[in-house]
Amino acid sequence: MAVRGPAHRSARRSAHLSARGTWFLVAPALIPILVLSVGPLLYGIGLAFTDAQSGRTEATRWVGLLNFSDLLQDTLFWDSFRVGLVWAVGVTVPQFFLALGLALLLGQDLRMRWLARALAIIPWAMPEVVVGIMWRLVYHPDAGVLNETLRSLGLGPDEGVDWLSGTATALLAVVVVGIWAGMPQTTVTLLAGLQNVPRELHEAAAMDGAGAWRRFRTVTWPAIKPVALAISALNFIWNFNSFALVFVLTDGGPGGRTRLPMLFAYEEAFRYGQFGYAAAMGLAMVAVIAILLAVYLSRRLRGEGEEDR
Amino acid sequence: MALLCYLVFLAFPFLWLVSTAFKPPRELGSLHPTWIPRAPTLDNFRTAFDEQPLLQAAANSLLAAAVSALVAIVLATPMAYVLARLRTRFARAATGWVVVSQAFPLVLVIIPLFLVLKTLHLVDARTGLILVYVVWSLPFALWMLTGYVRAVPPELEEAAAVDGAGRLRTLVSVTGPLLAPGIVATGLFAFITAWNEFFFALVLLKSPEKQTMPVVLTHFLGAEGVADLGPLAAAALLATLPSLLLFAVIQRRITGGMLAGAVKN
Repeated sequence: MAVRGPAHRSARRSAHLSARGTWFLVAPALIPILVLSVGPLLYGIGLAFTDAQSGRTEATRWVGLLNFSDLLQDTLFWDSFRVGLVWAVGVTVPQFFLALGLALLLGQDLRMRWLARALAIIPWAMPEVVVGIMWRLVYHPDAGVLNETLRSLGLGPDEGVDWLSGTATALLAVVVVGIWAGMPQTTVTLLAGLQNVPRELHEAAAMDGAGAWRRFRTVTWPAIKPVALAISALNFIWNFNSFALVFVLTDGGPGGRTRLPMLFAYEEAFRYGQFGYAAAMGLAMVAVIAILLAVYLSRRLRGEGEEDR
Repeated sequence: MALLCYLVFLAFPFLWLVSTAFKPPRELGSLHPTWIPRAPTLDNFRTAFDEQPLLQAAANSLLAAAVSALVAIVLATPMAYVLARLRTRFARAATGWVVVSQAFPLVLVIIPLFLVLKTLHLVDARTGLILVYVVWSLPFALWMLTGYVRAVPPELEEAAAVDGAGRLRTLVSVTGPLLAPGIVATGLFAFITAWNEFFFALVLLKSPEKQTMPVVLTHFLGAEGVADLGPLAAAALLATLPSLLLFAVIQRRITGGMLAGAVKN
């Protein structure tokens, strides 16, 4: 009996960490993050208001909002924003529905699950550069499998379509790659969301004679809605900010038709050395994302727009 | 049926890559390419190694990925433990930052980093890239590890303490072994991410002998997008294999459950 007291006390003591011990545990990760992630981010935001350039000898000056007024007059900037939005929406929305369909199919068909899992590794684990290279081989005008398939089906011209260099097809071609690349992650996330669907509700609804669509609307969708919202918002952000995939596929061509915002910023910063201007571009991207996200989430979470686009 | 279409859509580009990698030049130039190379050959792999410093690139990638993954885990594990065990405002703020930090375009971070590393003479240096990779993989490592720590019931630790084990001994003998699989998975994930990374490597490394695999791969593309298809496919295939193999190992632990769990709370 006498033993119980101290033992209990020591258990309680070790169950919560002392303040000093906490800092000791947190510092190794927190300090690098502050110094090399938060710090540069703030520095980068500051740079947006300067005329910083690479390899210049004079001191960098504070120029206020000059970069932003320049941006607004820069047609390339507007073009890249339009391309970025088309790309982000064009990838995120179809990908969501395809992934949802796949997740629902896999939820029913357990035999195929292992195969789908195995195949899902490919787009998910591949370096983006390799994904880009791979699809260049698929789209290749002469040696590509796409044109060959079309030829054998009697569609398309004999000399083959140059999908990635054609002004009409380039953006569509890269969007398809974007959809392909993100499919597994979206599917797996939605599959996890489907675990939250109450089975007995489903069965009860079926007993009451509700059709598949009604069961989906009333039982499945409400259960996966939070996950669906989160993954589509995240996907939108990732896609809007993406770089490597399109850089390898088209490098923004033909004629800037696939120049995403990040490609524009990269060119400004590291081909022309306009650091301040590129930072302003980055800040403009953050602003657009923040505004769109606020609108999207507030509308969705208030439960309006129950009907998906 | 619909499922089959999905699976074909997922698989066919990769099969085409494999097929292209083993085709002799004659077949690559033909106007009617086939799925299966008629005369499979390993020449493309040989040519790829002759054309670009692939071995050096693989070594660079391996070094950057292995070192940054190890360091990131060592730094992140203690903090993840704290985040999981303390439900304070600080923990919430830290988790929030992890999510928010992923939303910023990299260009905002890379320019200041480039300037800072330049002052430290770490631009075009492997050390600089490793440093960036460590910090860049920390948020995600923290997030994953925190989830794994939460899965270890605090009652177990308390029980060990009641048995008279000290704090350190409890961590080493009770929590550690239970966490080990999660730590390994997190480390492998950080490795894959760094192995695949392109943007930072492109900006920070200029000398060909220091560049990593993804950057060297883009050299095959050459000017005007004219590419020697066979060697390009062969090199791309080699660059992918480590990622695919390691990902297959950890796939069971990396599920959508992470996001699903985050949304539920």
